[in-house]
Amino acid sequence: MSVEMKAIETQGIPVCTVDDLVAESGVCALINGRQVALFYFPARARVYAIDNFDPVGQANVLSRGLVGSSEGGLFLASPLYKERYCLETGRCLDNPEVVLDTWNTWLEGDQLLVDPQAVNQGVLRESA
Amino acid sequence: MSKTALVVVGNGMVGHQFLQSLADSGRLNEFEVTVFCEEPRLAYDRVYLSSYFTGATAEDLAMGKIDQYREWGLNVLLNERVVEINKNDRLVVSDKGTTLSYDKLVMATGSYPFVPPVPGHDRDHCLVYRTIEDLEAIKASAAQGKVGVVVGGGLLGLEAAKALRDLGLETHVVEFAPRLMAVQLDEMGGGLLRSKIEALGVQVHTGKNTQQIVDGEHHVHRMEFADGEVLETDLILFSAGIRPRDQLARESGLAVGERGGIHINNRCQTSDENIYAIGECALWDGKIFGLVAPGYAMAKVAVAQLNGGEAEFAGADMSTKLKLMGVDVCSIGDAQGRTPGAKNFTWLNEAEGTYKKLVISSDNKKLLGAILVGDAESYGTLLQYMLNEIDLPANPESMILPSVDGAASAGLGVAALPETAQICSCHDVSKGDVQGAVAGGCCSLGDVKGATKAGTGCGGCVPLLTSLVNHELEALGVEVSHDLCEHFAFTRQDLYNLIRVEGIHSFDELMAKHGKGGKGCHICKPAVGSILASCWNNYVLDPKHVILQDTNDTFLANMQKDGTYSIVPRIAGGEITPDKLIVLGEVARDYNLYTKITGGQRVDLFGARLEQLPEIWGRLIDAGFETGHAYGKSVRTVKSCVGSTWCRFGVDDSVGLAIDIENRYKGLRAPHKIKFAVSGCTRECAEAQSKDIGVIATENGWNLYVCGNGGMKPRHADLFATDLDKETLIKYIDRVLMFYIRTADRLQRTSVWMDNLEGGLDYLRDVVINDSLALGDELESQMQHVVETYECEWKKTVNDEQALKRFRQFVNSDKSDSNVVFVQERGQIRPARPEEKEIEAQPIVMA
Repeated sequence: MSVEMKAIETQGIPVCTVDDLVAESGVCALINGRQVALFYFPARARVYAIDNFDPVGQANVLSRGLVGSSEGGLFLASPLYKERYCLETGRCLDNPEVVLDTWNTWLEGDQLLVDPQAVNQGVLRESA
Repeated sequence: MSKTALVVVGNGMVGHQFLQSLADSGRLNEFEVTVFCEEPRLAYDRVYLSSYFTGATAEDLAMGKIDQYREWGLNVLLNERVVEINKNDRLVVSDKGTTLSYDKLVMATGSYPFVPPVPGHDRDHCLVYRTIEDLEAIKASAAQGKVGVVVGGGLLGLEAAKALRDLGLETHVVEFAPRLMAVQLDEMGGGLLRSKIEALGVQVHTGKNTQQIVDGEHHVHRMEFADGEVLETDLILFSAGIRPRDQLARESGLAVGERGGIHINNRCQTSDENIYAIGECALWDGKIFGLVAPGYAMAKVAVAQLNGGEAEFAGADMSTKLKLMGVDVCSIGDAQGRTPGAKNFTWLNEAEGTYKKLVISSDNKKLLGAILVGDAESYGTLLQYMLNEIDLPANPESMILPSVDGAASAGLGVAALPETAQICSCHDVSKGDVQGAVAGGCCSLGDVKGATKAGTGCGGCVPLLTSLVNHELEALGVEVSHDLCEHFAFTRQDLYNLIRVEGIHSFDELMAKHGKGGKGCHICKPAVGSILASCWNNYVLDPKHVILQDTNDTFLANMQKDGTYSIVPRIAGGEITPDKLIVLGEVARDYNLYTKITGGQRVDLFGARLEQLPEIWGRLIDAGFETGHAYGKSVRTVKSCVGSTWCRFGVDDSVGLAIDIENRYKGLRAPHKIKFAVSGCTRECAEAQSKDIGVIATENGWNLYVCGNGGMKPRHADLFATDLDKETLIKYIDRVLMFYIRTADRLQRTSVWMDNLEGGLDYLRDVVINDSLALGDELESQMQHVVETYECEWKKTVNDEQALKRFRQFVNSDKSDSNVVFVQERGQIRPARPEEKEIEAQPIVMA
C-alpha cells in the first residue's frame, strides 16, 4: 500500500524487484515503450537508469555493457564500440556532444520504481 | 545574444568537414545552422566510391550521420536544393519553396562531371561517376552489358575503370592525352602505369579523340575516333574531369571565373562578404582544387573567419598518393620538371615494375618534385623534402635507388623537419601541432591522433607520425606509463604474478590489496577476469566474476552489430559426424539463424536473440555439443587437414592430433585469442604456419611452429623445434602457452609478444626447451590444472537458474527487441539496414 502511495507521489511506476537486478551490472526494462538500461549498486542502494539504445552502434545494447569508474564517477562502456557514458548524467565521456536520456529511480523495499518521464541533461543544460 | 543564422548549401565531403570544424571549434551554439543537401543522403566519402562495388554499403561510406547532426542541433533539409540566393535581402529559396533568411551563407556545392559535348553523349547507357545514385545506374546498366568504356584516363577515370572491372565488364579506358594521368605523371611513369593496368585486364587507348557515338553492330554503342578507329561497347562512363557547380552563384550575381568557379579571396569570401564558397566550387587565385584536402583547408578557414579569426587560405599542395587498381602512384610537386633549370634523376626497374623520379633544383640543393609508380614507400620523406625545402643529401639519387648491400636507404629523421612541416595533409596537422599535443600531455600515438586528428584521414602519414611522436616523447624525457589503467599502478604481468603468488581469487580482493579504489573499468576488469580464469579456471558467470567480463563473455556468445548474437559450438579439429551436422542445420532452421562456415572449420549461427541463447544451447548440448569459446580471449580452434588417414600424401594423422590438442587446451583463457592448426605433411593444407601454434607432420615426428597469426598484420610462425614425439610436443606447447599467459601484455597476440621478448625466439627456446628459468615443471602443472578443471560453460549455465536470469531482453516484459529486424538475402536472414527499418530520417529539426 505504502509503495503505491509513494509511487503516485513521485510519479514512479513499479518496474521490478531487486531480485531481477544484477549487482554492479545491467539489465533492461520496458518503460512506457522505451527501453531503459538499469544498473544496480547494492552498496549505495542505488539504481541508475539510462537509455538502452546505443546512439553510435544504433542498437539496443547498453544494458549489456561493462560498468566501471573513472575519477570517482560511474560509467557504462558500450558493448559495441566501447564509448563510455556517465551513469549519473547520461553524458558520453568520449564525446561530450552525445547525451543519453536518464530516468529517476527509487528503491522502496525490494521494489524498484522509475519515473517514466525521461530526463536529458544535454537539453537541460542548453536551455538553461 | 541572438544567434547568427548560417545557411550551408551543399553537404558533400567539404560541406561536412565545414560542419565538423564548426562543431570542433566549440562555437556551434552561436549559430542557427540550416544545411541544404540535394542528395537523399548526407555527405559520404566520394574518394572511396569504387569500394561500393566491392561490398561497401552507402552506410560504410557515410561521413555525415543524422544523429550526429541532431546532436549538433542542425536543421537538416535532405532532398532539397537551393535555387535562388537573394543577396540584398539575404534570403535563400529552395526547390521545395522553403525561404530562409541568413546572416552568413556558405556554398559548398562541389562540382559535376564534365561530359565532352560529342554527338551521342546523351544516349542511354552513357553515364557519369559521381554520386551513389550514379553508381546504382552504372550497376543496373552493367548488368545488361558485357563491355564498358571509361572516357578519361586521369585518377578519377582509373577509379571508374576499377569499378567497371569489379562489375565484371570487359573494361577499356579511352584517354585524349598521349598517356594516363597526364597531369600527375611523365611519359615513363604513365607508360609503366599503363602496362601494369593492362596486365590487370584493362585495355588502354591513349591519344583518342572521340568524334561521335552511334549505334553499335555487336554492342549498344560504337565510338568513332578522329584517327578512324572505332570501339564498340555497351556502357560508356564519362570521367573526363570536373567542373565547378557555380550556376547558383552565377545566377545570384556573385563573381565567377571565365572558365567557371566562384571567385573567393584568401578568407574564402565570394564577391559578397556574407557569402563564402569552399571546395571544388571555389576559384582561388585562378585555380580550382579538385582534391579533398584543399577543400578541407578552405572549410577550416571559413569556420575561423565566421568565428572572427584571422586564418587565411594560402593555396594547397597538390601532391597525391594513390592506389589505383592496386598500383601505387605518387606525384609530388613539380613532377613534370617544368621549373627552369630543373634536373631529373630517374630509376626504372621493369622487372619489379617500379619507376621513381626526382626533380631537383638547378643548384642540386632542393627537391622540386617527384614521381613514384609501383613503390610508394619514400613518398612521406620526399614530400617533406619538397614542402619544407630541406637541403638534399649530397647524393640525392640514394633516395630512390635500391639499397645494394642491405644498408638502409637515405631516410629523413623527424628531427630534421621544421616546426611548420605538415605531417598530416588531410587534417593539416604540422610538426609543431604534434609537438604541442605531446607537450600538452599526450603520451601515445592514440592520444595524439585524438587530440590533433593527425593520421585519421587517409592514414598515409601514420609511419611518419609514429616516429615523430616517439621522438618527441623521448625528447621530453617522458617515461611512458606502463600502468594498466587508473585503477592499478601495475602492468598486466605484475597483476598476474600478484594473483598467482598471493592466491587472489576475486577482483574485489585484488582491488582491496593492490588497487587504487573505484569500480575498475573496461580495461582492468576484463584483464583481471582473464588472469583469474587463466590461473584458477573458475566459472566466468559466477556473480563475482560476471561483472568483469566483456559482453561476449557475459553472455557466452558473440554480439553482432544489431545486438543479436552468433553461436559457435566446438567442432574439434573440424571433424563432425553427419548426425551432429544435421542437428546444427535443424537448430539453425528452427530458430531461423543465418549460417556461415568459419575460417576455423566450424559453423557460425547468427541472429540469435539474447533470450533464445539458453534454449538453443539446450538443444546443442543435448546433441553432444560443447561451447566453442568463440566469444573469449581464449583457445579457439585447432584446424586440420585430413591427414594420413585418407590423404595419399599424408605422413601422419593430423586430425587425430588436432582433436587431442583442441580437447586439451579448450577453455584456456589468455591475453588474446589463440589459434592452432595441424598439417599432416609439408604441403601444409591446414595453414599451420599462420597460427599461434602450428604443427606439421614429418617422417620422424612433428615440427612445431610458434607465434604466427593472420588478421590485420599477418606473420608467419617461426619453426621452434623439429621431429618431436607427441609427448614432447605437448610439453613444449604447455610451456609456451603458459609462459605467454604469464608474461604477455593485455590483448597482445603471441607474435607481438615474442617480438617484444628480449632475445626473441632464441630466448623462448631457451626457456621452454632448455628450461633456463627452471620454470618448466611449474608451467606444466599450471596448465595441467586448467586441463583438469575444464567444464563446458554453457552446460553449466543452462542448469544454473541464477545465471539464466540475465538471458532475457526485459526484466518486466516478455517482448523482444523491436529494433532487431531481419530481411532475406540469398535465402537467409541478415540485419535490416536503417533505411529498411523505415526509420524516419528527414527532415530533422532540432532546437
